[in-house]
Amino acid sequence: MAKEYETVIGLEVHVELATKTKIFCGCSTAFGGAPNTHTCPVCTGMPGSLPVLNKQVVEYAIAVGLATNCSITQYCKFDRKNYFYPDNPQNYQISQLYLPICRNGGVEIETEEGKKQVGIHEIHMEEDAGKLIHDEWEDCSLVDYNRSGVPLIEIVSEPDMRSAEEVIAYLEKLRLIIQYLGASDCKLQEGSMRADVNLSVREKGAKEFGTRTEMKNLNSFKAIARAIEGERTRQIELLEEGKPVIQETRRWDDSKEYSYAMRSKEDAQDYRYFPDPDLVPVQISDEWLAEIRERQPEFRTEKMKRYKEEYGIPEYDIEIITNSKHLADLFEATVAICRQPKKVSNWLMVETMRLLKERDMEPEDIRFSPENLAKLIALTDSRAINSTVAKEVFEVMFDKDMDPEAYVEEKGLKTVNDEGALRKTVEEIVAANPQSVEDYHNGKQKAIGFLVGQTMKAMQGKADPAAVNKLLKEMLEG
Amino acid sequence: MANMISDETIDYVGILAKLDLSGEQKEQAKKDMGRMLDYIDKLNELDTEGVEPMSHVFPVSNVFREDVVTNGDDRANTIQNAPKEKDGMFMVPRTVE
Repeated sequence: MAKEYETVIGLEVHVELATKTKIFCGCSTAFGGAPNTHTCPVCTGMPGSLPVLNKQVVEYAIAVGLATNCSITQYCKFDRKNYFYPDNPQNYQISQLYLPICRNGGVEIETEEGKKQVGIHEIHMEEDAGKLIHDEWEDCSLVDYNRSGVPLIEIVSEPDMRSAEEVIAYLEKLRLIIQYLGASDCKLQEGSMRADVNLSVREKGAKEFGTRTEMKNLNSFKAIARAIEGERTRQIELLEEGKPVIQETRRWDDSKEYSYAMRSKEDAQDYRYFPDPDLVPVQISDEWLAEIRERQPEFRTEKMKRYKEEYGIPEYDIEIITNSKHLADLFEATVAICRQPKKVSNWLMVETMRLLKERDMEPEDIRFSPENLAKLIALTDSRAINSTVAKEVFEVMFDKDMDPEAYVEEKGLKTVNDEGALRKTVEEIVAANPQSVEDYHNGKQKAIGFLVGQTMKAMQGKADPAAVNKLLKEMLEG
Repeated sequence: MANMISDETIDYVGILAKLDLSGEQKEQAKKDMGRMLDYIDKLNELDTEGVEPMSHVFPVSNVFREDVVTNGDDRANTIQNAPKEKDGMFMVPRTVE
């Protein structure tokens, strides 16, 4: 009988914090600057330069720790992790080994299997490395240090996950908490959230863990799911053949759906950590901690409860809207202007979701303002435009965030409210379609739909279908 | 000399420090390192029971910067330190992944 295996997974999640400046110097963290334009002697590791800690980094790290039920290390320090690589100009990375800022936390996740607790071993602060670009032409590598020194937190979980579903639920949970805090935008594709997967397999029921491997280069939820499946299969095959799993770092190639060993065994993994003598310890007083606790935002669970009481929109809508901080902010800001929660929710749930899917975008990428959405709702409420036109206007607004009032005016999209003009068109349509009129009189109620359609077409879509319907009925009955 | 550094240790330290040492240099380094460890051993003569490890000499903590951009474009200065340059970037031997 074939053996049954269990997958054991722990994650190391790196999150780029949303500070304006780097962790130890006043260089900008803005994404996309020309290479090396956001650099200085500190973040390029020049001898004699001195790092000074960005206070906001500590506050974000504490906020994430509190939100993930960690205890905060009120006396914490930075250590140097020594290794040579061109993306690391100091030849050491400033990180935290001995006294990480947050410890012993956890979050609750929910999958189809039910609810479950995933432990967080620790969260520490550290600096990011530069970016290496491989130049095929010259057969060399080029280094851009703009990212060097960008603040990161690394969230290290306990090996509590057993499937790709649990891993994704855990990542979604972290992402949401961090986005609600405004501590990062957490975009996997752009690398502001990066997950390394530590995975081992063992026979079901076994007490000991198997030998684990660490997988890197996972930049989408789909890639993570595939990598977990691929690595699980690879390890089980090795065990079935009686071969050992080697503890190593592997790089996932999503296009080939296979992982490759990254570092050979001869490469020593000995980082010789020691306390960074250039950085003094951080002491977090009870008062400072209380201040940060006081400032914590409303998280999803509380928000969902409030939406139900305050706005009375369906639970499904609440679920979707609160699943993105940006969407929830947009919803609340629009409702604050137009006071119509159900209508705002409908625009977000139907048209917004459709366009996000079509354009392959995330809710965080939405650009239109609450003011403009409120204006569009006002235009439909006053029947200045009909629902078909509203959808067209919305699509333009979704792409360009323009003022819908001005746009409707400029393009002449307003519904013709001129009763005389409408009556004249309806009369023409009735006269031109005697067959439909006869069908209607013979009891075919549907025939009126055709006549409404013809009238709308003749009016170039700029009529109120309800008004056309009413007028047609009057005319046919009369 | 109480501390003897083995050939394996000196080779290992050489790898970590990315140093290519000759036989003669290795012997010299072994002697130097042994002497350093002898010196450090002196500290073990003290009773440090209950003493917190100290990482900093000065009783200072919480030295922070506010999160405000103070540095401008310093590329010209940064790039000066590049042995080779291309497109505003440091050119280095190809890194293998």
